[in-house]
Amino acid sequence: MIADIFVTGLVNSGVYALLALGFALVFGVARIVNVAHTALYMLAAYLFYWLLVKLELNAFLAGILAVAGIVALALVCYRLVIEPVRAHDSAVLIATIALALIFQELMLLSFGGSFLGIPSAVQGVMHVFGVTVPYQRLVILFVAALALAATWYVLHHTRIGLAVRATANGMEIAELMGINVRRTAMTVAGLSAGLAAVAGVAVAPVTVVSPLMWLAPLVTILAIVVLGGLGSIRGAILGAFIIGYVEAITVFALPQGSYLKGAVALTIMVAVLLIRPEGLLGVAFEDER
Amino acid sequence: MLRILIFILAAVLAPTAFGQVTIKIGVVGPMAFTIGKHHRAGAEMARDEINAAGGIHVGGRRMQIELVVADTNELQSIPDATNAVERVITRDRVDFLVGGFRSDSVLAMQEVAMDGKKIFIGAGASTDKLGQNVEEKYERYKYWFRITPSKNSDLGRQLAESFTMVAGQIRKDLKKEIPKVAILAEKAAWTEGLIAAAQGRLLPALKMAVVGVWQPSDRATDVTAELAAIERANADIVFTLLSGPVGITVGRQMGERNMKAVAFGINVEAQKDEFWKAAAGKANFVATLDTYGEGGEMTPRTLPFVKAFRTRFKETPTYNAGTYDAVYLLKEAIEKAGTIDAERLVPTIEKLSFIGTSAVIEFDKRHDPVWGLGKLTGVAVQWQDGQKVVFWPPQVKGARPFKLP
Repeated sequence: MIADIFVTGLVNSGVYALLALGFALVFGVARIVNVAHTALYMLAAYLFYWLLVKLELNAFLAGILAVAGIVALALVCYRLVIEPVRAHDSAVLIATIALALIFQELMLLSFGGSFLGIPSAVQGVMHVFGVTVPYQRLVILFVAALALAATWYVLHHTRIGLAVRATANGMEIAELMGINVRRTAMTVAGLSAGLAAVAGVAVAPVTVVSPLMWLAPLVTILAIVVLGGLGSIRGAILGAFIIGYVEAITVFALPQGSYLKGAVALTIMVAVLLIRPEGLLGVAFEDER
Repeated sequence: MLRILIFILAAVLAPTAFGQVTIKIGVVGPMAFTIGKHHRAGAEMARDEINAAGGIHVGGRRMQIELVVADTNELQSIPDATNAVERVITRDRVDFLVGGFRSDSVLAMQEVAMDGKKIFIGAGASTDKLGQNVEEKYERYKYWFRITPSKNSDLGRQLAESFTMVAGQIRKDLKKEIPKVAILAEKAAWTEGLIAAAQGRLLPALKMAVVGVWQPSDRATDVTAELAAIERANADIVFTLLSGPVGITVGRQMGERNMKAVAFGINVEAQKDEFWKAAAGKANFVATLDTYGEGGEMTPRTLPFVKAFRTRFKETPTYNAGTYDAVYLLKEAIEKAGTIDAERLVPTIEKLSFIGTSAVIEFDKRHDPVWGLGKLTGVAVQWQDGQKVVFWPPQVKGARPFKLP
């Protein structure tokens, strides 16, 4: 059972880390609560399904195109819908909720309410420490690790990454230093969408694709980001691992209560908020902006 | 001037002199999903066949059928469903209603239909309460009839009989006196009673041992934990009680892990054509209770109906396409009674013995179809290499043997 928990927890955490990182980036840099973040993940899954199953492209190409498509869509939405109301936080929040619902209804219209399954890119299982692990889950882990490493590299070893981090630390100062905050925000929107899309493409084959699949992860991501500390990127990753493992422990330790895993994760979030409102690695609230 | 006015008045009033020209049947269901689509498809096929043959004889004349389709959106909103029924009764002035799916929605829809004294033939909801209402307050609820599926308590009988057959086969093939059963039931109201009945009565009576009860969420997209534990417990059968997308996850992940245990029970997703693809072709040997199966001939009308449905709609009918039977049942009753008046039709329908496409329908005093061999039993099907074949009742023409992994 320990081996089961270790492996399952690792895969769960990897996926959550991908989603949480994108969400935390957008919030940390642009102060946008992007409720449509997991909706982008859903769109990527559908686009991947369409390219792979309907157009019969090979998995690799379909994956790349799906990610590119979603990033493009996100940039367009950011430009047309979010940017005009950037100054008003509540308007931005409502705009992202509206986008999420529009995406959901579009998918419902185009693909119907039925559940879709995507064939795994890699078939077969392997046995690790006595645990049966389908290869597709190892693919997910690998892709997640790669994406996280790439993001880390961009953030810490490129100029645009420097601009992103500077803006996250202090928007006004960054602007005074000559950083184009507007362009940095767009870059982050694109990067965040890219991470969500990668998660969608990697996870789609092991989950059930439906127009409502964005709701459950959204709640978990919010819990993770709050747990890790709003605005902290490292906190988001830490939170993802904690929640990922908590869920794995819940389902293995409580067979008759595996439906409770979502509730347990949220309870932990509430508990942490009560003890330390800024989250584990968050900064205690500054109030300018 | 006066002459022109009289002309206009006459022209406007003239059509009403002929009275009603068509029989309007309201088809109510969740149209964005397969359920509602099949509600509509079954009714449309029946309408087209009947109208092409000249329509329905009512007294001395022939009337054509006109369908009014309304999306109840009942899966997401009960008020939407009652609004839809209200609308088709008051604005579209339908004579009859067919359809419905989600039990709690249909209970509310039934109220609206009874208020309007419209005959409502259910083709989807299984709660016993719908029939109980008829028994308890006959004068108000007599306009309700259920054509499919069998009510929940009869579902229990269907389960018991088919499970007996599966158990016998497992005992024989695996040479095990006491097969081990793992109960995998989604966490929902409808499974509570069935789990208790299975653990307490059914499985002990069949001399099978329960090795555990696992309850994922009905929308779970990963049941690795449950399946790993079930494998460790060496179960031979996974008794499933699943109605949500978790059914797809279970089928797929059991196949991916090459599990030795076979899944049998209720798995609503596994009743659909899309299941095989949704489970990425991995859900071999998944078995479930169902209404139609490949090649199974429950009545002489089964195969022609399934063939015609497939030709026209390019998919296999689910039990919601029982609206086809509902429309034909109405035709038979109307022609027998010679009227479309609900008051006079109710006693006629009560006495009918109707040969439907999946069963012979006779109504009991709750206006539920009578359960039994030769009447309505439902079937049990198993997915074998991409085809959903009937294996129970073995008496059904075209039934094939149950297979183990």
